[in-house]
Amino acid sequence: MADLSAVRAESLVKNFGDFRAVDEIDLHVRQGEIFGVLGPNGAGKTTTLRMLATLLPIDGGHAEIFGVDVRREPHRIRQLVGVTGQYASVDDDLTARENLWLFARLQGLTSARAKTIAGDLLERFGLQEAADRPLSQFSGGMRRRLDLASSLITRPPLIFLDEPTTGLDPRTRGQMWDTIRELVTDGSTILLTTQYLDEADQLADRVAVIDRGRKVAEDTPDALKTQVGDSSLQLSLADGSDTALAADVVRRLLGEEPVLTPESGRMNIPLPDPNRAADVLISLREAGLGISSVSVAKPTLDEVFLALTGHGADEPQIEAVR
Amino acid sequence: MTTTSTMSPTTLNPQRVDPSAVVARTTSHSSVQESWVQILAMAWRAVKKMRRKPEQFFDVLIQPLLFTAMFAFIFGGAISGSVSDYLPVLIPGILAQTALTVCMATGVQLREDMDKGVFDRFKSLPIARIAPLAGPMIADLIRYGIASVLTLVTGLVIGYRPGGGVLGCVGGVALTVIAGWSLAWIFTWLGTMARSAQSVQGISMMIMFPLTFLSNAFVPAETLPGWLEAFVKVNPVSHVVSAVRDLFNDGAVTAEVGWALIGCMVVVAVFAPLAVRSYSRKM
Ligand SMILES: Nc1ncnc2c1ncn2[C@@H]1O[C@H](COP(=O)(O)OP(=O)(O)O)[C@@H](O)[C@H]1O
Ligand SMILES: [Mg+2]
Repeated sequence: MADLSAVRAESLVKNFGDFRAVDEIDLHVRQGEIFGVLGPNGAGKTTTLRMLATLLPIDGGHAEIFGVDVRREPHRIRQLVGVTGQYASVDDDLTARENLWLFARLQGLTSARAKTIAGDLLERFGLQEAADRPLSQFSGGMRRRLDLASSLITRPPLIFLDEPTTGLDPRTRGQMWDTIRELVTDGSTILLTTQYLDEADQLADRVAVIDRGRKVAEDTPDALKTQVGDSSLQLSLADGSDTALAADVVRRLLGEEPVLTPESGRMNIPLPDPNRAADVLISLREAGLGISSVSVAKPTLDEVFLALTGHGADEPQIEAVR
Repeated sequence: MTTTSTMSPTTLNPQRVDPSAVVARTTSHSSVQESWVQILAMAWRAVKKMRRKPEQFFDVLIQPLLFTAMFAFIFGGAISGSVSDYLPVLIPGILAQTALTVCMATGVQLREDMDKGVFDRFKSLPIARIAPLAGPMIADLIRYGIASVLTLVTGLVIGYRPGGGVLGCVGGVALTVIAGWSLAWIFTWLGTMARSAQSVQGISMMIMFPLTFLSNAFVPAETLPGWLEAFVKVNPVSHVVSAVRDLFNDGAVTAEVGWALIGCMVVVAVFAPLAVRSYSRKM
């Protein structure tokens, strides 16, 4: 195949009544990469994924997966994509083994083959011991793993992961990251959504940032981060009226534009190099500007947002009735 | 064949996924044979669920017992002069009513089921859209079977002696099961349309009561006022009840049996496609 794209979506649109949840989003995912869709709650990540997975009708635009038209050939698309939703799509009334067996049978595997695959996947995802227990006894992490295992039965070339680690504890999150990286070494392409810049940074080769249904940026995680600085220095000045002066000092020293909140005397200074934090503090003292609190933070999604859109990620989004 | 070394001990398959090969293998829809395997897999799921939640069987167990005894002793004297004269009329009626109750539960349970997360997976899999609907209906054949046999046995215990003998009874039970399965498509369609399980329950009641009580299930049609009699005569439930009566009481395969089967086929031909369409749209 000449075209090496896994997903090619152009001007995707989804309306819920008058509310436009996805507004002309373009996505281009290359084969073999991990592509991240980053955005706050309500940005339209799930809706975009569900349209591409044939779970929601596409209201406008065009989408192809490995060259197959999503709208025209939904049955083919379903053979190409493994979907792991934001909420585990497994059957609570069956055991883990029965779930996998059922999904394998539904996809045309013989009963014996389905049993073997179920056993293999349970082992691979560390679920053998719980395999025959009801799902009601499963932890959130175990359900996620079973859900992911269910998406891999036929080894689909493209895997959708909708917020695969939201709500997981840090250790389980780390395990999930390892699993996701492994899938790519198997030759699969991954399209994942996340609310965490950190996660996109850890996993994704390229990231699209989505805000209120629109794509506001697309780049490598490194490039995105340099837009806000690798980390930032957060300061509260003892005297709020000093902010303008302090900003001047920073500009002269680092050549960076600090983000100011004059009312509370707070400043957020992008730091290309964390070691320069000390320089900033020293310069401020030399200029006679008092500081009441200080911290160094890695850039958060919030800051990427602020830099890209001019508003924070946690600002209330237009509420839509479900 | 030489196997490339696995990337890590947990890597499932050393062979890499080749997208263009997978694309080339895809099909535009499930074949009839594939669909049938999928329907059976969904039926297997429904049977598993039944076995884990036996309380779902209460309606098919209790209703036939209770209604047979109650109707026989309350209405028997008034309608047919005596209990034993009423039983040949009553038992097929109860049978039809019980089958319809099971149908109703089919729709309600489907709706409840569809609201669960696992249906997202069913929709995302390359399976025939009819499979999630038809699978549970196959499992329901067990429920129709249990309900029919139980009603018949209750009748036998309180003195019913079907003139059609064993063959007639087997035929009557079989017809009830077929009719129940066919009519269930109406309720399955409702299940795919309605907003909630509760609304399915409500609408189903409104359909079920006229279907059973405005039929010849419990009273002879001739005793009703003319306009009501007209409805009773076209009601497919009436034909099923008459056909089952003919089979049970006379062992006769009459024209009514033919009408009942035709009625069932029409119901399936209309409502099965409607249900599948409405299910495929609701995504
Ligand atoms: N079925 C629906 N009906 C109406 N509005 C919806 C529906 N699904 C999602 N929305 C709205 O669309 C927006 C995007 O939702 P979603 O794609 O779930 O966001 P994300 O996954 O990024 O958190 C939200 O404002 C949400 O309220
Ligand atoms: Mg979401």
